[in-house]
Amino acid sequence: MKKFMNSADDFLKESLQGFGAAHQDIVNCHYDPNFITRATPTKEGKVALISGGGSGHEPMHGGLVGYGMLDAACPGFVFSSPTPDQMLAAAEKVDSGAGVLFIVKNYSGDVMNFQMAAEMMQGPNESVLTNDDVAVEDSSFTTGRRGVAATVVVEKIVGSLAEHGGSLQECKALGDKVNKNSGSMGVAFSSCTVPAAGKPNFDIGDDEMEFGVGIHGEPGRRRDKMKSAQEITNELLEAINEDLKPEANEEILLFVNGMGGTPLTELYLIYDNAKNMLDKKNIKISRSLVGNYCTSLEMQGASITLTKLDEELLKHWDSSVHTAAMRWGV
Amino acid sequence: MSVNFLIHRAKEIQAVIDANASEIEKLDQEIGDGDHIFNVQRGIKLVLELEAVIKDLPMSKALNQIAMKVLSGIGGSSGALFGTLFMTMAKGNDIDNGVDYKKAIEIFADGVEAVKQRGKADVGEKTMMDVLIPVSNCLKKGVEDNKDVKEIFQEAIEVAEKGMFSTKDLLATKGRASFLGERAKGHIDPGARSSQLMIKTVCESVLNS
Repeated sequence: MKKFMNSADDFLKESLQGFGAAHQDIVNCHYDPNFITRATPTKEGKVALISGGGSGHEPMHGGLVGYGMLDAACPGFVFSSPTPDQMLAAAEKVDSGAGVLFIVKNYSGDVMNFQMAAEMMQGPNESVLTNDDVAVEDSSFTTGRRGVAATVVVEKIVGSLAEHGGSLQECKALGDKVNKNSGSMGVAFSSCTVPAAGKPNFDIGDDEMEFGVGIHGEPGRRRDKMKSAQEITNELLEAINEDLKPEANEEILLFVNGMGGTPLTELYLIYDNAKNMLDKKNIKISRSLVGNYCTSLEMQGASITLTKLDEELLKHWDSSVHTAAMRWGV
Repeated sequence: MSVNFLIHRAKEIQAVIDANASEIEKLDQEIGDGDHIFNVQRGIKLVLELEAVIKDLPMSKALNQIAMKVLSGIGGSSGALFGTLFMTMAKGNDIDNGVDYKKAIEIFADGVEAVKQRGKADVGEKTMMDVLIPVSNCLKKGVEDNKDVKEIFQEAIEVAEKGMFSTKDLLATKGRASFLGERAKGHIDPGARSSQLMIKTVCESVLNS
């Protein structure tokens, strides 16, 4: 294992300290329990948005704290869910009286810990559970679809509504709507190494890829031989389209997300290939996002997310945002 | 069962888990994400660090401290599930006036039931519940049937082992292994293995006392 680290025990703390210092105009990092808030307190009467999850997916979620998006983020250990004490401390800090909306990715650990926090919390709160990963069949025989990159889209759009005075119920409803209108699928070429583990999470051959991979390198639909970028992109989009069923001339957001170890050069190449296919189907790409937003440490790979956009979603996607990882309109 | 008993069992569990760490890690890398052993080891270490704080506390407070420590210190599913187990045990009726083996079995069974609710997992889903639920049922039945205490705990050891091995041929329907589908078959669930080791350690210490 080669990583920039001094010791596995201090890995998260030092990274958070660096993040807090580098973006002190936007965020405040709090320790023991760990959580990140905006540098400025939540406006009175504004619903507070709190997300969180295992670390190793940066910039999600800490990099999405700031004006127009999250009020707080709770980072767990690498690839391990945060704990209720973090959520409760964060909620106490950012709840301005209008309630707290938890945005939770559908992974068992995250779901259970956020659920316990919600049970222990005194004030009004709601949760949005994201499950955009179409690689997993949603049936009673699985934990259900995983929450992956569309979580970023949910946080952006609901963040805007909260900023513009949306109530707790309205924010929850919009979050569910964005999630329902989104589908994602990813592919990995290489594994990733959790610092405390010291060795790769899974084995994968030089000529292989994990198709439908999750954001911790957990298996997807199948192990395939490597293919061309256009073939991979087509297969990802076909899987998403089959689930999301965008109609001809429907407007969508095309979000090409890097998993940490794939250069932007290749992400833009995927974007080009995705555009080829969507153009053929007359699906209108009206907004785009390309970059590393929902990562899996140093894993080589990428995911594609499509979100169907109506006027409401477009408006909240376009509104201004100022976080460490996303900034426009300000 | 005293607070001192809990602390001593935790120390024995630490030794057993450490001795089997690489096996558990390997099981988890085959069908999980490889962090289970670290979570378990961290949890046990945190509980042992509580020794000075809890050794003179009444049982309910000691169990509650353990629950909060496990919950906040482990994270992930393990933290929530083990936290729920101890939190529920801490709520046991009248446990500050002494806990005999029957009472211990009663609060353990309540705890297992709460864990089942929290994780929404039952027997046959390739999780630690394949060990905990049969063990809980076996212990309760042993008390109902007025079996000898040593016989009850001997049976529990066997039931735990059987439950652990039963996960090998199961499809996983909960947790990360569920994403593997058929690929999870043929592998023992790491959570079932670590729970079985813990159950075995506690039961053996009762048998040897």
